[in-house]
Amino acid sequence: MKLIVNGASLDIDQARTIEELLVELKLAGKGAIVELNQEILDKSQHAETRLANGDKVEIVHFVGGG
Amino acid sequence: MNDRYSRQILFEPIGEEGQDQLSDKHVVIIGAGALGTGNAEILARAGVGRITIADRDYVEWSNLQRQQLFSEEDAKYRMPKAVAARERLEQVNSDIHVESLVLDAGVEELRELAEFADLLIDATDNFDTRLLINDISQERKIPWIYGACVGSYGLSYVILPGETPCLSCLLEKVPMGGATCDTAGIIAPVVQMVVAHQTAEALKLLTGNTTSLRNKLVSFDMWNNHYLAMDVQKLKKADCPSCGEHAHYPHLDPENQTKTAVLCGRNTVQIRPSEKGERDLEELSLSLSRLGGRIEQNPYLLSYSSDEEQRLVFFKDGRVLIHGTKDITEAKNLYYSLIG
Ligand SMILES: [Zn+2]
Repeated sequence: MKLIVNGASLDIDQARTIEELLVELKLAGKGAIVELNQEILDKSQHAETRLANGDKVEIVHFVGGG
Repeated sequence: MNDRYSRQILFEPIGEEGQDQLSDKHVVIIGAGALGTGNAEILARAGVGRITIADRDYVEWSNLQRQQLFSEEDAKYRMPKAVAARERLEQVNSDIHVESLVLDAGVEELRELAEFADLLIDATDNFDTRLLINDISQERKIPWIYGACVGSYGLSYVILPGETPCLSCLLEKVPMGGATCDTAGIIAPVVQMVVAHQTAEALKLLTGNTTSLRNKLVSFDMWNNHYLAMDVQKLKKADCPSCGEHAHYPHLDPENQTKTAVLCGRNTVQIRPSEKGERDLEELSLSLSRLGGRIEQNPYLLSYSSDEEQRLVFFKDGRVLIHGTKDITEAKNLYYSLIG
Protein backbone atom coordinates (compact mmCIF):
# COMPACT_ATOMS: atom_id res chain seq x y z
CA MET A 1 0.00 0.00 0.00
CA LYS A 2 1.23 3.46 -0.92
CA LEU A 3 0.63 6.40 1.40
CA ILE A 4 1.70 10.02 1.44
CA VAL A 5 3.17 10.48 4.91
CA ASN A 6 4.30 13.97 5.88
CA GLY A 7 4.51 14.92 2.24
CA ALA A 8 6.60 11.96 1.11
CA SER A 9 5.44 8.87 -0.75
CA LEU A 10 5.84 5.77 1.39
CA ASP A 11 5.40 2.04 0.77
CA ILE A 12 3.80 0.36 3.75
CA ASP A 13 4.29 -3.36 4.36
CA GLN A 14 2.25 -4.38 7.35
CA ALA A 15 0.26 -1.49 8.74
CA ARG A 16 -3.48 -1.43 8.05
CA THR A 17 -4.54 1.07 10.72
CA ILE A 18 -3.21 4.39 11.99
CA GLU A 19 -2.01 2.73 15.17
CA GLU A 20 -0.10 0.10 13.20
CA LEU A 21 1.37 2.81 10.98
CA LEU A 22 2.70 4.66 14.04
CA VAL A 23 4.32 1.42 15.21
CA GLU A 24 5.87 0.85 11.78
CA LEU A 25 7.23 4.41 11.76
CA LYS A 26 8.53 3.97 15.34
CA LEU A 27 6.31 6.80 16.51
CA ALA A 28 4.15 4.76 18.88
CA GLY A 29 4.07 6.09 22.45
CA LYS A 30 5.27 9.53 21.38
CA GLY A 31 1.92 11.25 21.77
CA ALA A 32 1.62 11.53 17.99
CA ILE A 33 -1.24 13.59 16.55
CA VAL A 34 -2.48 12.35 13.20
CA GLU A 35 -4.39 13.98 10.36
CA LEU A 36 -5.86 11.60 7.80
CA ASN A 37 -6.78 13.28 4.52
CA GLN A 38 -6.79 16.64 6.35
CA GLU A 39 -9.15 15.42 9.05
CA ILE A 40 -7.66 15.41 12.55
CA LEU A 41 -8.17 12.19 14.50
CA ASP A 42 -8.68 11.74 18.20
CA LYS A 43 -6.12 9.35 19.69
CA SER A 44 -8.97 7.00 20.59
CA GLN A 45 -9.63 6.57 16.85
CA HIS A 46 -6.09 5.49 15.95
CA ALA A 47 -6.67 1.78 16.57
CA GLU A 48 -9.87 1.52 14.53
CA THR A 49 -9.10 3.92 11.67
CA ARG A 50 -8.15 1.89 8.60
CA LEU A 51 -5.78 3.06 5.90
CA ALA A 52 -6.49 2.98 2.18
CA ASN A 53 -4.16 3.19 -0.78
CA GLY A 54 -3.26 6.82 -1.57
CA ASP A 55 -4.26 8.20 1.83
CA LYS A 56 -2.57 11.41 2.90
CA VAL A 57 -1.31 11.19 6.47
CA GLU A 58 0.25 14.03 8.44
CA ILE A 59 1.88 13.18 11.77
CA VAL A 60 3.20 15.45 14.52
CA HIS A 61 5.06 13.68 17.29
CA PHE A 62 6.28 15.16 20.52
CA VAL A 63 9.88 15.33 21.63
CA GLY A 64 11.36 16.35 24.95
CA GLY A 65 14.59 18.07 23.99
CA GLY A 66 15.26 21.74 24.15
CA MET B 1 15.91 57.94 25.10
CA ASN B 2 17.99 56.36 22.36
CA ASP B 3 16.51 54.73 19.30
CA ARG B 4 17.19 51.17 20.41
CA TYR B 5 13.65 50.03 19.59
CA SER B 6 13.02 52.28 16.58
CA ARG B 7 12.79 49.51 13.99
CA GLN B 8 10.42 47.50 16.12
CA ILE B 9 8.26 50.57 16.74
CA LEU B 10 8.16 51.22 12.98
CA PHE B 11 6.58 47.80 12.62
CA GLU B 12 2.95 48.87 12.68
CA PRO B 13 1.28 46.11 14.73
CA ILE B 14 3.70 46.91 17.57
CA GLY B 15 4.25 50.67 17.36
CA GLU B 16 4.87 52.96 20.36
CA GLU B 17 1.96 51.47 22.21
CA GLY B 18 3.16 47.90 21.79
CA GLN B 19 6.65 48.91 22.84
CA ASP B 20 5.27 50.45 26.05
CA GLN B 21 3.33 47.29 26.72
CA LEU B 22 6.46 45.17 26.27
CA SER B 23 8.33 47.27 28.82
CA ASP B 24 5.61 46.52 31.39
CA LYS B 25 5.64 42.78 30.87
CA HIS B 26 7.24 39.99 32.85
CA VAL B 27 8.24 36.82 31.02
CA VAL B 28 9.48 33.74 32.85
CA ILE B 29 11.72 31.43 30.86
CA ILE B 30 12.06 27.95 32.31
CA GLY B 31 15.37 26.50 31.18
CA ALA B 32 18.52 28.26 29.99
CA GLY B 33 19.69 25.75 27.41
CA ALA B 34 19.39 26.12 23.67
CA LEU B 35 15.75 27.26 23.59
CA GLY B 36 16.08 29.30 26.79
CA THR B 37 19.07 31.35 25.68
CA GLY B 38 17.53 31.89 22.22
CA ASN B 39 14.20 33.07 23.63
CA ALA B 40 15.88 35.21 26.27
CA GLU B 41 18.12 37.04 23.83
CA ILE B 42 15.30 37.93 21.45
CA LEU B 43 12.94 39.05 24.21
CA ALA B 44 15.68 41.06 25.96
CA ARG B 45 16.59 42.83 22.73
CA ALA B 46 12.89 43.44 22.06
CA GLY B 47 12.64 45.30 25.38
CA VAL B 48 10.50 43.00 27.54
CA GLY B 49 10.73 44.89 30.84
CA ARG B 50 11.32 41.97 33.14
CA ILE B 51 12.78 38.59 32.29
CA THR B 52 13.29 35.77 34.77
CA ILE B 53 15.38 32.85 33.65
CA ALA B 54 15.62 29.67 35.72
CA ASP B 55 17.87 26.68 35.18
CA ARG B 56 19.28 23.80 37.22
CA ASP B 57 22.43 23.15 35.24
CA TYR B 58 25.85 24.66 34.52
CA VAL B 59 27.59 25.45 31.22
CA GLU B 60 29.62 22.71 29.53
CA TRP B 61 31.66 22.70 26.34
CA SER B 62 29.04 20.63 24.51
CA ASN B 63 26.57 23.50 24.99
CA LEU B 64 28.53 26.10 23.02
CA GLN B 65 27.50 24.75 19.59
CA ARG B 66 23.94 26.05 20.06
CA GLN B 67 23.39 27.82 23.38
CA GLN B 68 23.91 31.32 22.18
CA LEU B 69 24.49 33.32 25.35
CA PHE B 70 27.46 31.29 26.58
CA SER B 71 31.20 31.68 26.10
CA GLU B 72 34.22 29.45 26.56
CA GLU B 73 34.85 31.18 29.89
CA ASP B 74 31.44 30.06 31.12
CA ALA B 75 32.24 26.45 30.21
CA LYS B 76 35.69 26.65 31.79
CA TYR B 77 34.34 27.92 35.10
CA ARG B 78 31.20 25.77 35.00
CA MET B 79 29.04 28.83 35.45
CA PRO B 80 25.42 28.10 36.26
CA LYS B 81 23.52 28.61 33.03
CA ALA B 82 21.01 31.01 34.54
CA VAL B 83 23.78 33.25 35.90
CA ALA B 84 25.86 33.18 32.70
CA ALA B 85 22.72 33.97 30.69
CA ARG B 86 21.82 36.93 32.90
CA GLU B 87 25.32 38.37 32.71
CA ARG B 88 25.23 38.28 28.92
CA LEU B 89 21.67 39.66 28.75
CA GLU B 90 22.71 42.59 30.94
CA GLN B 91 25.38 43.43 28.38
CA VAL B 92 22.81 43.20 25.59
CA ASN B 93 20.17 45.40 27.24
CA SER B 94 20.77 47.29 30.48
CA ASP B 95 17.36 49.01 30.31
CA ILE B 96 15.48 45.91 31.36
CA HIS B 97 15.50 43.87 34.54
CA VAL B 98 16.86 40.35 34.29
CA GLU B 99 16.69 37.90 37.14
CA SER B 100 18.47 34.54 37.23
CA LEU B 101 17.57 31.60 39.41
CA VAL B 102 19.73 28.52 39.82
CA LEU B 103 17.14 25.93 40.67
CA ASP B 104 15.23 22.92 39.45
CA ALA B 105 11.72 24.02 38.63
CA GLY B 106 9.44 21.90 40.82
CA VAL B 107 5.87 22.72 41.85
CA GLU B 108 6.79 25.22 44.59
CA GLU B 109 9.41 26.94 42.46
CA LEU B 110 7.08 27.23 39.47
CA ARG B 111 4.24 28.58 41.60
CA GLU B 112 6.55 31.31 42.88
CA LEU B 113 7.90 32.00 39.40
CA ALA B 114 4.41 32.27 37.94
CA GLU B 115 3.22 34.65 40.66
CA PHE B 116 3.77 37.86 38.69
CA ALA B 117 4.34 36.43 35.21
CA ASP B 118 2.48 37.50 32.10
CA LEU B 119 3.82 34.59 30.08
CA LEU B 120 5.72 31.36 30.69
CA ILE B 121 8.14 30.14 28.05
CA ASP B 122 9.02 26.47 27.98
CA ALA B 123 12.69 25.93 27.35
CA THR B 124 13.00 22.72 29.34
CA ASP B 125 14.37 19.40 28.19
CA ASN B 126 11.83 17.02 29.66
CA PHE B 127 8.11 16.21 29.74
CA ASP B 128 7.84 16.13 33.54
CA THR B 129 8.61 19.82 33.88
CA ARG B 130 6.43 20.69 30.88
CA LEU B 131 3.44 18.99 32.48
CA LEU B 132 4.08 20.99 35.65
CA ILE B 133 4.22 24.20 33.61
CA ASN B 134 1.01 23.12 31.89
CA ASP B 135 -0.85 22.66 35.19
CA ILE B 136 0.54 25.87 36.74
CA SER B 137 -0.53 27.73 33.61
CA GLN B 138 -4.07 26.36 33.92
CA GLU B 139 -4.24 26.96 37.67
CA ARG B 140 -3.04 30.58 37.35
CA LYS B 141 -4.59 31.29 33.93
CA ILE B 142 -1.24 32.33 32.43
CA PRO B 143 -0.43 31.41 28.82
CA TRP B 144 2.63 29.31 28.07
CA ILE B 145 4.50 28.48 24.89
CA TYR B 146 5.66 24.93 24.33
CA GLY B 147 8.81 24.42 22.29
CA ALA B 148 10.98 21.34 21.77
CA CYS B 149 13.54 19.95 19.39
CA VAL B 150 15.85 17.03 18.73
CA GLY B 151 17.97 16.14 15.72
CA SER B 152 16.63 18.28 12.88
CA TYR B 153 13.04 18.16 14.15
CA GLY B 154 11.24 20.79 16.18
CA LEU B 155 7.75 21.86 17.17
CA SER B 156 5.91 24.59 19.04
CA TYR B 157 2.43 25.43 20.30
CA VAL B 158 0.87 28.28 22.27
CA ILE B 159 -1.38 27.21 25.13
CA LEU B 160 -4.00 29.74 26.21
CA PRO B 161 -5.94 28.66 29.31
CA GLY B 162 -9.69 28.60 28.68
CA GLU B 163 -9.21 28.76 24.91
CA THR B 164 -6.87 26.22 23.36
CA PRO B 165 -6.30 22.58 24.20
CA CYS B 166 -3.56 22.14 26.79
CA LEU B 167 -0.52 19.89 26.60
CA SER B 168 -2.36 17.09 28.44
CA CYS B 169 -5.16 17.24 25.84
CA LEU B 170 -2.58 16.88 23.08
CA LEU B 171 -0.38 14.23 24.68
CA GLU B 172 -2.86 12.19 26.71
CA LYS B 173 -0.03 9.98 27.95
CA VAL B 174 3.52 11.12 28.71
CA PRO B 175 5.79 9.93 25.90
CA MET B 176 8.15 7.18 27.00
CA GLY B 177 11.91 7.40 27.54
CA GLY B 178 13.40 7.30 24.05
CA ALA B 179 11.64 10.43 22.92
CA THR B 180 13.23 12.61 25.57
CA CYS B 181 16.62 11.03 26.09
CA ASP B 182 17.39 10.82 22.45
CA THR B 183 20.93 10.31 21.37
CA ALA B 184 20.15 11.75 17.96
CA GLY B 185 21.97 14.99 18.71
CA ILE B 186 20.73 18.39 17.60
CA ILE B 187 21.62 21.01 15.01
CA ALA B 188 21.48 24.70 15.89
CA PRO B 189 19.21 25.85 13.01
CA VAL B 190 16.30 23.81 14.33
CA VAL B 191 16.76 25.44 17.74
CA GLN B 192 16.55 28.84 16.08
CA MET B 193 13.44 27.82 14.16
CA VAL B 194 11.66 26.78 17.35
CA VAL B 195 12.84 29.95 19.09
CA ALA B 196 11.54 32.05 16.18
CA HIS B 197 8.10 30.45 16.46
CA GLN B 198 8.02 30.85 20.24
CA THR B 199 9.17 34.48 20.29
CA ALA B 200 6.95 35.64 17.41
CA GLU B 201 3.92 34.37 19.32
CA ALA B 202 5.30 35.87 22.54
CA LEU B 203 5.54 39.32 20.93
CA LYS B 204 1.95 39.05 19.69
CA LEU B 205 0.67 38.00 23.11
CA LEU B 206 2.64 40.61 25.02
CA THR B 207 1.52 43.47 22.75
CA GLY B 208 -2.12 42.41 22.72
CA ASN B 209 -2.09 41.35 19.07
CA THR B 210 -4.04 38.21 19.90
CA THR B 211 -5.95 38.10 16.61
CA SER B 212 -2.62 37.52 14.85
CA LEU B 213 -1.77 34.45 16.92
CA ARG B 214 -0.98 31.37 14.86
CA ASN B 215 -3.38 29.04 16.71
CA LYS B 216 -1.71 26.03 15.16
CA LEU B 217 0.69 23.35 16.24
CA VAL B 218 3.75 23.75 14.04
CA SER B 219 6.38 21.12 13.38
CA PHE B 220 9.30 20.96 11.01
CA ASP B 221 12.11 18.68 10.01
CA MET B 222 14.81 20.93 8.62
CA TRP B 223 16.92 18.11 7.20
CA ASN B 224 14.07 16.26 5.51
CA ASN B 225 12.43 19.50 4.42
CA HIS B 226 8.99 19.02 5.86
CA TYR B 227 6.88 21.76 7.40
CA LEU B 228 3.47 21.39 8.97
CA ALA B 229 0.94 23.63 10.72
CA MET B 230 -1.91 21.64 12.22
CA ASP B 231 -5.17 22.94 13.64
CA VAL B 232 -5.58 20.95 16.85
CA GLN B 233 -8.44 22.91 18.42
CA LYS B 234 -10.75 19.87 18.11
CA LEU B 235 -8.50 17.96 20.50
CA LYS B 236 -9.52 20.11 23.50
CA LYS B 237 -11.10 17.71 25.96
CA ALA B 238 -13.96 18.68 28.25
CA ASP B 239 -12.85 15.99 30.72
CA CYS B 240 -9.13 16.88 30.62
CA PRO B 241 -7.69 16.62 34.18
CA SER B 242 -5.58 19.74 33.57
CA CYS B 243 -7.89 22.09 31.65
CA GLY B 244 -11.34 20.45 31.62
CA GLU B 245 -14.52 21.30 33.49
CA HIS B 246 -13.35 19.48 36.61
CA ALA B 247 -9.65 20.22 36.33
CA HIS B 248 -7.64 19.09 39.35
CA TYR B 249 -4.10 19.71 38.04
CA PRO B 250 -2.78 16.18 38.65
CA HIS B 251 0.85 17.10 38.09
CA LEU B 252 0.84 19.57 40.99
CA ASP B 253 -0.08 16.78 43.41
CA PRO B 254 2.86 16.24 45.82
CA GLU B 255 2.30 12.48 45.39
CA ASN B 256 3.38 12.80 41.78
CA GLN B 257 6.62 14.62 42.50
CA THR B 258 9.88 12.91 41.74
CA LYS B 259 12.89 13.67 43.86
CA THR B 260 15.29 12.04 41.47
CA ALA B 261 15.53 12.32 37.72
CA VAL B 262 17.75 10.94 35.00
CA LEU B 263 18.79 13.92 32.87
CA CYS B 264 18.17 13.86 29.15
CA GLY B 265 21.03 12.22 27.27
CA ARG B 266 23.50 13.17 29.98
CA ASN B 267 24.32 9.90 31.77
CA THR B 268 23.48 11.90 34.86
CA VAL B 269 21.14 11.53 37.81
CA GLN B 270 19.84 14.51 39.76
CA ILE B 271 18.86 14.24 43.42
CA ARG B 272 16.75 16.90 45.12
CA PRO B 273 16.84 16.70 48.89
CA SER B 274 13.34 16.83 50.37
CA GLU B 275 14.22 19.42 53.02
CA LYS B 276 14.84 22.92 51.68
CA GLY B 277 17.84 24.98 52.61
CA GLU B 278 21.11 26.31 51.34
CA ARG B 279 24.04 23.94 51.17
CA ASP B 280 27.20 25.18 52.86
CA LEU B 281 29.76 24.60 50.15
CA GLU B 282 32.72 25.58 52.35
CA GLU B 283 31.84 23.04 54.97
CA LEU B 284 31.24 20.42 52.30
CA SER B 285 34.58 21.19 50.70
CA LEU B 286 36.29 20.69 54.05
CA SER B 287 34.67 17.35 54.75
CA LEU B 288 35.22 16.03 51.22
CA SER B 289 38.87 17.08 51.22
CA ARG B 290 39.49 14.54 53.98
CA LEU B 291 38.42 11.77 51.62
CA GLY B 292 40.95 12.63 48.94
CA GLY B 293 39.87 13.05 45.34
CA ARG B 294 39.46 16.16 43.26
CA ILE B 295 37.46 19.19 44.35
CA GLU B 296 36.72 22.17 42.16
CA GLN B 297 34.61 25.07 43.31
CA ASN B 298 33.07 28.33 42.22
CA PRO B 299 30.66 30.55 44.17
CA TYR B 300 27.64 28.57 42.95
CA LEU B 301 28.66 24.92 42.99
CA LEU B 302 31.22 22.35 44.02
CA SER B 303 32.43 19.52 41.84
CA TYR B 304 33.88 16.38 43.43
CA SER B 305 35.30 13.20 41.91
CA SER B 306 36.93 10.34 43.74
CA ASP B 307 37.53 8.20 40.66
CA GLU B 308 37.32 8.44 36.87
CA GLU B 309 33.81 7.02 36.62
CA GLN B 310 31.66 9.38 38.60
CA ARG B 311 31.61 13.03 39.44
CA LEU B 312 29.24 14.77 41.82
CA VAL B 313 28.26 18.40 41.46
CA PHE B 314 26.71 20.00 44.55
CA PHE B 315 24.63 23.14 44.08
CA LYS B 316 23.97 25.76 46.74
CA ASP B 317 20.23 25.13 46.49
CA GLY B 318 20.77 21.60 47.75
CA ARG B 319 20.61 19.62 44.51
CA VAL B 320 23.30 17.20 43.45
CA LEU B 321 24.09 15.99 39.95
CA ILE B 322 25.77 12.60 39.78
CA HIS B 323 27.56 12.26 36.45
CA GLY B 324 28.63 8.93 35.03
CA THR B 325 25.55 6.89 35.86
CA LYS B 326 21.95 6.46 34.73
CA ASP B 327 21.19 4.20 37.66
CA ILE B 328 19.17 6.05 40.30
CA THR B 329 19.97 3.52 43.02
CA GLU B 330 23.69 3.66 42.34
CA ALA B 331 23.52 7.45 42.33
CA LYS B 332 21.66 7.52 45.64
CA ASN B 333 24.13 5.12 47.22
CA LEU B 334 27.02 7.32 46.22
CA TYR B 335 25.21 10.43 47.41
CA TYR B 336 24.34 9.01 50.80
CA SER B 337 27.82 7.55 51.24
CA LEU B 338 29.23 11.07 51.01
CA ILE B 339 26.48 13.20 52.51
CA GLY B 340 24.89 10.74 54.96
ZN1 LIG C 1 -6.32 19.88 28.56
